[in-house]
Amino acid sequence: MITLTDYLIVGALLFSISVAGIIINRKNVITLLMCIELMLLAVNTNFIAFSRYLDDSAGQIFVFFILTVAAAEAAIGLAILVVMFRSLGSIDVAELDELRG
Amino acid sequence: MPVEKLIFYAFAALMLFAAVRVISVRNSVQAVLFLVLTFFCAAVLWMLAEAEFLAITLVLVYVGAVMVLFLFVVMMLDVDYAAMREGFARLLPFGIIVSLMFFGVLFYILRDRFFGPENLPPPPPHGADYSNVEALGEVLYTEYFYPFEIAAVLLLVAMVAAISLTFRGRQQRKGQQVSRQLQAQKSDRLKIVTMASESPRKATPEPAPTDPEEGQS
Amino acid sequence: MLNAYLAIAFTPLLGALITGLGGHRLGKRWSHRLCIGAVAISFLVSAWVFVRFYFQGYEAEQFTVYTWGTVGNLTLQVGFLVDELTSLMMMVVTFVSLMVHIYTIGYMREDPGYSRFFAYIALFTFAMLMLVMANNFLQLFFGWEAVGLVSYLLIGFWYKRETAIRANLKAFLVNRVGDFGFLLGIAGVFYWFGSLDYLDVFGAVPELAATAPALQVTDNWQWPALTFICICLFIGAMGKSAQVPLHVWLPDSMEGPTPISALIHAATMVTAGVFMVARMSPIFEYSETALAFVLVIGSITALSMGLVGIVQQDIKRVVAYSTLSQLGYMVVALGVSAYSAAIFHLFTHAFFKALLFLGAGAVIIALHHEQDIRKMGGLRKALPITYFTFLIGTLALVGTPLFAGFYSKDAIIAAVGTYDGPAAALAEFCVLAGVFVTALYSFRLLFVVFHGKSRVEEETRAHLREPASVVWMPLVLLAIPSLMIGWWLTGPLLFGEFFGNAIKVLPAHDNLRELAGEYHGAMSFALHGLLTPVFWLMVAGLVVAWIFYSWRPAWPARVAAMLAWPHRLLINKYYADQFNQKVMADGSVGLGRRLWQFGDGKLIDGMVVHGLAGGVAWLAGTMRRLQTGYLYHYAFVMMGGLLLLLGWLLLR
Repeated sequence: MITLTDYLIVGALLFSISVAGIIINRKNVITLLMCIELMLLAVNTNFIAFSRYLDDSAGQIFVFFILTVAAAEAAIGLAILVVMFRSLGSIDVAELDELRG
Repeated sequence: MPVEKLIFYAFAALMLFAAVRVISVRNSVQAVLFLVLTFFCAAVLWMLAEAEFLAITLVLVYVGAVMVLFLFVVMMLDVDYAAMREGFARLLPFGIIVSLMFFGVLFYILRDRFFGPENLPPPPPHGADYSNVEALGEVLYTEYFYPFEIAAVLLLVAMVAAISLTFRGRQQRKGQQVSRQLQAQKSDRLKIVTMASESPRKATPEPAPTDPEEGQS
Repeated sequence: MLNAYLAIAFTPLLGALITGLGGHRLGKRWSHRLCIGAVAISFLVSAWVFVRFYFQGYEAEQFTVYTWGTVGNLTLQVGFLVDELTSLMMMVVTFVSLMVHIYTIGYMREDPGYSRFFAYIALFTFAMLMLVMANNFLQLFFGWEAVGLVSYLLIGFWYKRETAIRANLKAFLVNRVGDFGFLLGIAGVFYWFGSLDYLDVFGAVPELAATAPALQVTDNWQWPALTFICICLFIGAMGKSAQVPLHVWLPDSMEGPTPISALIHAATMVTAGVFMVARMSPIFEYSETALAFVLVIGSITALSMGLVGIVQQDIKRVVAYSTLSQLGYMVVALGVSAYSAAIFHLFTHAFFKALLFLGAGAVIIALHHEQDIRKMGGLRKALPITYFTFLIGTLALVGTPLFAGFYSKDAIIAAVGTYDGPAAALAEFCVLAGVFVTALYSFRLLFVVFHGKSRVEEETRAHLREPASVVWMPLVLLAIPSLMIGWWLTGPLLFGEFFGNAIKVLPAHDNLRELAGEYHGAMSFALHGLLTPVFWLMVAGLVVAWIFYSWRPAWPARVAAMLAWPHRLLINKYYADQFNQKVMADGSVGLGRRLWQFGDGKLIDGMVVHGLAGGVAWLAGTMRRLQTGYLYHYAFVMMGGLLLLLGWLLLR
């Protein structure tokens, strides 16, 4: 029998892995975007699990919207990435320090 | 162990393995491919949780569109991915510690005490006549109609934004620029050179040192 | 009656305004005619009023002339309260003022500021009358400040003389100290009584004394309300009446022309403090502490200032210190609740001290503005009228029986003798020793100036002659009351019922009442005076003065050498000026500099103004470093924040 805890733990592990990914790959914007996708996936997994175990389809609606937003985010993020590569010739986050005080 | 649980553990393990590879592989193309694998496994887990529509959507939309977009960008950009991994070894222990802390906190919250089967037993599975798509659609087009519309607008805005960000104007267009035509000066087009109509030929055998440009014009 | 009072107060003002604004067009003659006419009218009406009170027993009356303004439940009015006390003061003020006006014709004959001077003294007469006729504290304060202003203007009358300018500034500043107390006192009156009207306040005093409210200074230290009011008011009186330690301005005020020394700084303005305390007797009576304070201050002034008078060499300064000493006597009388004795002494003193000052002025005119008594001597023969009137003034001042000063001073000494409250021994010693000292310096002045060998410079001696009649006439007119006024007025003023309700004395304090039984007419009082130690002290003073300044003129220098230290103390007037300069002036300048450098420079400018700007700049500079611009720093901070938030939620 799959319990709710199983799902939640899997989600937490996935989230932790993506956090680690953000910290380790601090230079590569593409990897950072992918880590964000992983985080959203972890969150979505939680929503799905709760939706199942509370028997409430609102959770799935949420996932639906999150997927929408994530798709938009990925599209814009990648567009920014392309623009950045054009202007900087690199996707190194370390060179993105225009906001340095 | 029932077969469902077996499938769950197998795909959960595969998903986590794929996620770890996403953040650790050297090649970004491989990372995107591992991300695809992660999404596939997640879709299986969602299917086990009876969210069939979303599982299919995840595969179709995410893997089919978003991931391909990623792959496209990664392949298009000429990036030295190896150089991007600089500082990887140095940051690895730090990343592990932080992620363990996160997991510790999350585990403390999510353990069995609160969400175990005795608190939240799984409801009985739906019958064969249950349609997840129908149930979702009923809610989505009634109760969540406005958010649905807004999500549609959001996608449109995202599309416009992505295009306007990357669009640089047509590159090889051959058009007439009236302002530049009007700005043209005579001196830009015409150069008048004064020279003798006939150069007297010297008796000496070596050729006269002439300006090459002069000769051309 | 209101018209009469308006005439008394405002005729001099009219004269002052016309003379002051149009003096150069009027010319000298019309200037003095106008002012003297105005003051004469004022005097005649005052005399009429006084006679009505004295002979016909008029009741006190109150008039409201003009309502100046209303603030909340406080109504500010100009009004007159005329009773026996006021009528007496009006008499004194207008009479001495008239004499001084006449005298000024001779004294200021050649002065370019002739009309201006007349305008000032007429204005002074108006201000002083407003002061004494006031029916509320605000008008009292108005008159108080107005006489102070005129005093300031007149001390600095010769404004091209630097010493005069410094003296008037000093008078003004020292008076501000007193006025500060005075204003606090008036504020106290308003705070506790809710009114500034004399009669309202006096009526409410017994009630207030019964409930005894207090001013809470700290948790366990409080000042009784009435004592606070009385002492604050008396501090004002100390400034105006030049009591120790606010006496320093009066000797310096002698820089002004002699007529105003007589009018303002001897006869009238400086006695305003004494008048004020007598007027406030219904309040002072209920505060033992304040009365004791008054007594101590008066005693110290009476003796110590007389002592300084012995060593002065300037004829006007001797008389000025004498004035200080006599003011001390009046204040002593106030301290022992013998208000009528104080007023009576004020009354007689006004005549003989004005006489002495004008006599000194006559000497000064005769010697062409020479004031140093070491360059006088033997003037008796050259100036017989001046000598004679000066002698009368001196005899009155030292308290020779039958002279006016005798009655008033003896009454004060007798009142002190029967007084047995706090500081009784000090007061008694001071007033008795004061008699000796008064006789000593007075006769010293008389002997040095009018007797002995002439030390007048040759050139001056040739032109030495009696001044004009406008100068000696006032002397004679003042000599008459100095000699005789006590014969008729002693009985009613001191022991009779003349003052009626104007002065209130609680039965427990009524020292004069005890003496009244022993009074059997002016003559027997004078004869009795011959037998008292007071008389013999006076005679001792006379004898000592004669020995030192007439018989053996070399002795004073020898005695001064023997008593070097006390002599130096007296010559330097107890170092009061030096103390004020070093401690008060330099101290406040130092404090100001300290406050400026530390409080303003460091605290306000340094810490607040520049500190805020610098602090913001520093904070911004530090915060700036937080903005590295690196994405992963922001992400890391976000994750850290999330962890902390989760941790807090869990461990809450």
